[in-house]
Amino acid sequence: MSDLTGHTQTAAAPLAPEPEARFGDYVLLLKPRVMSLVVFTALVGLLVAPVPVDPFIGFTSILFIALGGGASGALNMWYDADIDAVMRRTRGRPVPAGRVAPEEALGVGLGLSALSVVMLGLAANWVAAGLLAFTIFFYAVVYTMWLKRRTPQNIVIGGAAGAFPPMIGWAAATGSVSLEAVLMFALIFMWTPPHFWALALFMKSDYHEAKVPMLTVTHGRRETRRQVLIYTLLLVPVSIGLGLTPIGGPVYLAAAIVLNLLFLSGAWAIWRRDEDAAGRDDYAVERRVFRLSLVYLFLHFAALLAEAALRLGGGA
Amino acid sequence: MPLTETHELHRRRFGRNVGVALSLVAFCVIVFGLTVAKIRQGSEMEAFDHSVRPSVTVGEEGQ
Repeated sequence: MSDLTGHTQTAAAPLAPEPEARFGDYVLLLKPRVMSLVVFTALVGLLVAPVPVDPFIGFTSILFIALGGGASGALNMWYDADIDAVMRRTRGRPVPAGRVAPEEALGVGLGLSALSVVMLGLAANWVAAGLLAFTIFFYAVVYTMWLKRRTPQNIVIGGAAGAFPPMIGWAAATGSVSLEAVLMFALIFMWTPPHFWALALFMKSDYHEAKVPMLTVTHGRRETRRQVLIYTLLLVPVSIGLGLTPIGGPVYLAAAIVLNLLFLSGAWAIWRRDEDAAGRDDYAVERRVFRLSLVYLFLHFAALLAEAALRLGGGA
Repeated sequence: MPLTETHELHRRRFGRNVGVALSLVAFCVIVFGLTVAKIRQGSEMEAFDHSVRPSVTVGEEGQ
């Protein structure tokens, strides 16, 4: 993003050198923390599918799914650079910090999008590649460019982008999409709103300054608490329903029942208390439910993996 | 100026260049590995030139 010397000089006095991008800055464009969730859920989707996959093809499939997810993150950073520059949490990102030019982020995003989709198509199949292409489009265009700045439901709809990876992993193995894949998608889709809104309740965010309509600002914190409970209630049948499909089983169901009881009781506690009570203990309940939501999703997919391992052990 | 002189820019961008180089090498390894994996699967492959290829043979018999 800099000229040959990395310096901009005037006749009067030399200015400070522009911050220069390191390789790690380009990695940061891919949102590696989000990528870890993509890798894990896509891996589970691929491994629980009833079709064996060559280990190397499976590995590369996950790699290119992750790369596609990262590419959509770079496109998001390119488009949202103005918002990111306003918010404290994001102003250190490579584009708003000036280490990577917006055009570079766009180039990285578009280039890696094409590369990941084509390579996934060649490595696995074109159903999976098509789903990955749609996911990138959904996150970069539908969520980032269209909905994020327009509706407080942005988290709900944007959550779909994060919900696709296990479905893509499943499609990479089977070449199709079935009920199990749809329910894995639905699990993450329904989980995202209570997870994120629990965070929004205790994070004093500056979305308002950035003019991003968050539910806590547009509809108030009372309504946000109500929505957390509603989405948690809707999440329960999806979670249990997944356990009744061929990829579920007793281990998964036992885990799902315990986790849903815990998550439901947490969402209920969030709904029951008001801001005064929350302020007195520094949002202890909201923080606990947020942490629980991370464990909730991880253990659901880990339980699916355990079921697959048990089937493999039983069948061997 | 000798061509081997290291400009300050080279030192500054060394890490980035190494990262790009490693990424390209990794990509080549992945493409090679994928090729091997696909060939090992081999169900849709027929044979080398000096072997009978069923699809060609059937085509010739039909003529």
